[in-house]
Amino acid sequence: MWWVLLSSLRCIHYSPSSHPAPLCVPELGMFPELNNLLNTSPEGAEQGKLTLLCDAKTDGSFLVHHFLSFYLKANCKVCFVALVQSFSHYNIVGQKLGVSLTAARERGQLVVLEGLKSAVDVFFQPQEEPHPLQFLREANAGDLQLLYAFVRDALEPVDGGEAVWRCPVLLVDDLSALLSLGMGPVAVLDFVHYCRATVCREWKGNVVVLVHDSGDAEDEENDVLLNGLSHQSHLILRAEGLATGFCKDVHGQLRILWRRPLQPTAHRDRNLTYQYKIQDKSVSFFAKGMSPAVL
Amino acid sequence: MAAAGTCGTGTRSTGSVVAAASTNNVTSFHRRGPRASGADSGCSRLVSIAGTRPSVRNGQLLVSTGLPALDQLLGGGLAVGTVLLIEEDKYNIYSPLLFKYFLAEGIVSGHALLVASAKEDPADILQKLPAPLIDDSYKKECDEDVCSHKTESDVKMKIAWRYQLLPKMEQAGPVSSSRFGHYYDISKRIPQQLIETSKWHGFFLPEKISSTFNVEPCSLTSGYMKLLQFIQNIIYEEGFDGSNPQKKQKNILRIGIQNLGSPLWGDDICCTENCDTSHSLTKFLYILRGLLRTSLSACIITMPTHLIQNKAVIARVTNLSDTVVGLESFIGSEKETNPLYKDYHGLIHIRQIPRLNNLIYDISDVKDLAFKLKKKLFTIEWVQDNYLRQERNIYPPGFSYLLKQKDSAWGEGSLQHSTFLMSFLAKATAFASRLVRHCEPLKQTGSGRIRQAAGPRLWHDGRRQEAPGLLVTPP
Repeated sequence: MWWVLLSSLRCIHYSPSSHPAPLCVPELGMFPELNNLLNTSPEGAEQGKLTLLCDAKTDGSFLVHHFLSFYLKANCKVCFVALVQSFSHYNIVGQKLGVSLTAARERGQLVVLEGLKSAVDVFFQPQEEPHPLQFLREANAGDLQLLYAFVRDALEPVDGGEAVWRCPVLLVDDLSALLSLGMGPVAVLDFVHYCRATVCREWKGNVVVLVHDSGDAEDEENDVLLNGLSHQSHLILRAEGLATGFCKDVHGQLRILWRRPLQPTAHRDRNLTYQYKIQDKSVSFFAKGMSPAVL
Repeated sequence: MAAAGTCGTGTRSTGSVVAAASTNNVTSFHRRGPRASGADSGCSRLVSIAGTRPSVRNGQLLVSTGLPALDQLLGGGLAVGTVLLIEEDKYNIYSPLLFKYFLAEGIVSGHALLVASAKEDPADILQKLPAPLIDDSYKKECDEDVCSHKTESDVKMKIAWRYQLLPKMEQAGPVSSSRFGHYYDISKRIPQQLIETSKWHGFFLPEKISSTFNVEPCSLTSGYMKLLQFIQNIIYEEGFDGSNPQKKQKNILRIGIQNLGSPLWGDDICCTENCDTSHSLTKFLYILRGLLRTSLSACIITMPTHLIQNKAVIARVTNLSDTVVGLESFIGSEKETNPLYKDYHGLIHIRQIPRLNNLIYDISDVKDLAFKLKKKLFTIEWVQDNYLRQERNIYPPGFSYLLKQKDSAWGEGSLQHSTFLMSFLAKATAFASRLVRHCEPLKQTGSGRIRQAAGPRLWHDGRRQEAPGLLVTPP
């Protein structure tokens, strides 16, 4: 561990503060069907949750775009650690979904760490101040303490003023890239642990992370990370490619798993599976085998 | 209803966002591609760069890979700011061809080149590039090949009529030097003056590694470290990242890295399963991606992934690259004797295509692609074309056939062949019933037992010997 663990942290109790949300309002540009499936809306978004997005044999980045636009619409303060694509990519897709990331950044609602651009800066020029991606220059993989400090500074609620934003949200795309950059899985798990302790528990915010599932590629480090996160997350959204291969009309299958039940009386975790097709500005979901192309 | 509502207000809100954004000149770099370069916000109109074109789908800037067939499969071309990773075939015979096409396309379009290799001197690589075919000379090449297939493609397909409706691979036409995507003649070398007028930078590892350098130890192997610094240097000095906006006409930098990951680069990843520098290659790719996304450049990398022992590394490398194309040659494999592949030299797999600035991407429906290296051209074709040519030999039109499910009646027919026919029949049910069931008994011309599979000898003397495909009737 880097430093003394917060002793108050034992297990995250899910606080059933929000009632089951009504159907989402149609004007919202992010994927309304996914909101229906998840039974949420930007008005009634739950707090204190860790959501794990994972993809296997397909690209699950549409889920990242969904959550980004969802939380911006929900008037939350978002810290977005964008490690694999440039800011303009998310901006352009966000415009299709009805949010402007540049405007959100200007009014202070969105803080973005552009991994690619910062990595080039850190790697080629020595920095005077400690930088979140400082570990790129070092031979031995250290820890993500500086990255955690960046997240903490970005999302810290301003004391003394009235709350402008609803709740802080951390969004990471994606954690598997940190493994490729030399971090060990334990270091990444520690980072998520600390973020959860601060953002979810202390500040009643949400954390959403994306991890790739390597499947049969036998990436042990990735499996350790994925299993560890699956164990501690409240909601798991798993985008899988179809087992039979590529299909033009059905792009994949989405499994939704609620790990901490909504009502304390419900004992079993809920598990749903839908198939989806990604279109230009939205994603349509349907039950397995019920693709409009087949019916 | 909800969807329509979303669309309507979605466009409204997007429109207002665009109106607000145009004052920040977001639309200008929307068209330019996946880069967030602050220096470019000064120019509000896209200055057209030679050898590029905007994508049909989202206006992203594309460059040609040098093979128009491959461009078509990748959705129009290679996006500027991305990496094209070629997984080398086993004996590294065909992947250097794709590498050379990419560089030759750069020279013909007037782009700047950066060639990095640990094996060959970049000057030698440039000498061996193929010569471009311009206008008339290509047409002559094309006609020789086309007329041999002309009779087959013109004859209307009677049995597999559904396949005639499918799109064909791009048929080549005569090109001029200003077009996007050119054809090259592998048997000829590129003319010397084209190389001399082009701007190129070479990185030959044995030369660079001998000089001493002062770099703090970092987990990248020194070869990768030097290459990254070299690339960054060129990008910065030549202004590809917009650092010198008024300097000169904007141009694209084409980077070609050969055999990345091989032991010649000082990396152990192809030799052992758990090596100390296992993160070196992935870190290199990440930093390279960062450099590309912030500059006007496109990169091709050939990598001997079949040598990498650790499959996890291959998965990570694929995730860190944008477009991944794998080549699989038939040399030495059992597919060499498969009649299905008899005209081809290998298979080409499009493993990954990026979704840039978009939720969706252009992916072609055609999945079974094979390549063929003719004397002068490298072509990519759909394997089904070969199915159809064979199918026409075995099932001459004008006869009805019974389709046997087990112990196939057509001899050593491959699994692919029978499933192809079955899938075809399943679709065209009306025709299938005609094929499967006789309306009235036909006069049997043969003995009713299969003595030979259909082949060219069946029609040798102009008379049909036996009706193929009939059931074996045990005596």
